[in-house]
Amino acid sequence: MQGASIAIDDLACRRGDRLLFRGVSLRLDAGEALQVTGRNGIGKSSLLRILAGLAPAFSGAVTTAGSIGLVDERPALDPGWTLGSALAFWQQMDGNGEDRHMARLGLSGLLDVPVRYLSTGQKKRAALARLLGQDARIWLLDEPLNGLDSHAVALVEALAAEHCSKGGIAVIASHQPFALPGMATLALAEHAA
Amino acid sequence: MSVRIRPLLKRDLTRLLLGGRGGGALLPILFFLSVAMLYPFAVGPDAPLLARTGGGVIWVAALLAAILPLDRLVEPDIEMGLFDQWALRGISEELVIAVRVLAHWLSFGPPLMLAALPAAALLGLDGQRLMLVEIGLLAGTPGLAALGVTVAALTAGLRGGAALGGLLMIPMAVPVLIFGAGSLGSGGTGGLALTAAASLVLLAIAPFASGAAIRAARG
Repeated sequence: MQGASIAIDDLACRRGDRLLFRGVSLRLDAGEALQVTGRNGIGKSSLLRILAGLAPAFSGAVTTAGSIGLVDERPALDPGWTLGSALAFWQQMDGNGEDRHMARLGLSGLLDVPVRYLSTGQKKRAALARLLGQDARIWLLDEPLNGLDSHAVALVEALAAEHCSKGGIAVIASHQPFALPGMATLALAEHAA
Repeated sequence: MSVRIRPLLKRDLTRLLLGGRGGGALLPILFFLSVAMLYPFAVGPDAPLLARTGGGVIWVAALLAAILPLDRLVEPDIEMGLFDQWALRGISEELVIAVRVLAHWLSFGPPLMLAALPAAALLGLDGQRLMLVEIGLLAGTPGLAALGVTVAALTAGLRGGAALGGLLMIPMAVPVLIFGAGSLGSGGTGGLALTAAASLVLLAIAPFASGAAIRAARG
């Protein structure tokens, strides 16, 4: 995990007819983490999608180095499949045969359960298992704590800390407090258009 | 790359062939057979008329059956965020769609050709006409599969996308239908060759048109 970086230069984001934010510039290097805060609808998710290259920037530029993993409100797991086979699909896509994260995420006992019967928090943990299997250098986490109990919140915080200590980058969009030592904060409200 | 194509194809085949909640490959085939069964009831037991027009009925029934699975070909994967996850891994929409066209054809073309056998018996087609229908379906169903995936990608996320998809697909399938059903009248290989040509054009366009549509809708 070396050479991961994100550089944002004077970024502005428009959604429909509304300019959400402008003038966002920052740089993240390997091992650094950033929490994006702000009220609902201010553009946290849009910022993450621009960083992921899934949405166009209205103006400004984003340069990223390193593979990107995204966890948002959609777990990208087939609802009709069992959790085990849905996660196995992504393990095959990522060329990664192990499932060493299942026990830690508390998913070992759920592998035979169809994804659509999982709770919100269990689906979120499954999405994190997919992310861990991807071995991406840059983590983009959109509201990663939604639906998680306090034990799982601590686990996600520990996983993000481990990821950064191994030279990864974590960008977390959340309105909830996220405990991560040395994490920078970007308050989007200061850039609201 | 082949490492990635295999799980994609396996997933698509599991979903399209076996279905689950979507119904799989069986429903369109049953629909196809019921249309072929209804036709003699509607026009009466006039054997020469049935034998003359039956091939065309099989073609129309095949086209209608191809419309049925449209809404589960592309849209669910966009909604579930799978296309976003593929894009993050550098797997292009074009590759995913090319694999999907293959899986869709496998779950729809060969079963349809099998179902054409009992349908031909119901309509009283002779062996030679049945042969023309089967070869025509072999040449035409890949095009219908490609067209189906393209239309599904174009209409994914639109309100009333399923109905709109059917409406869009019918006129675009006209070349395949005209040449395929037309070969029954002329009895020659020219119609079959043109059916295959129309199929190849549709197959060549499908990944690129669908990929562009999915990216444009992402916004």
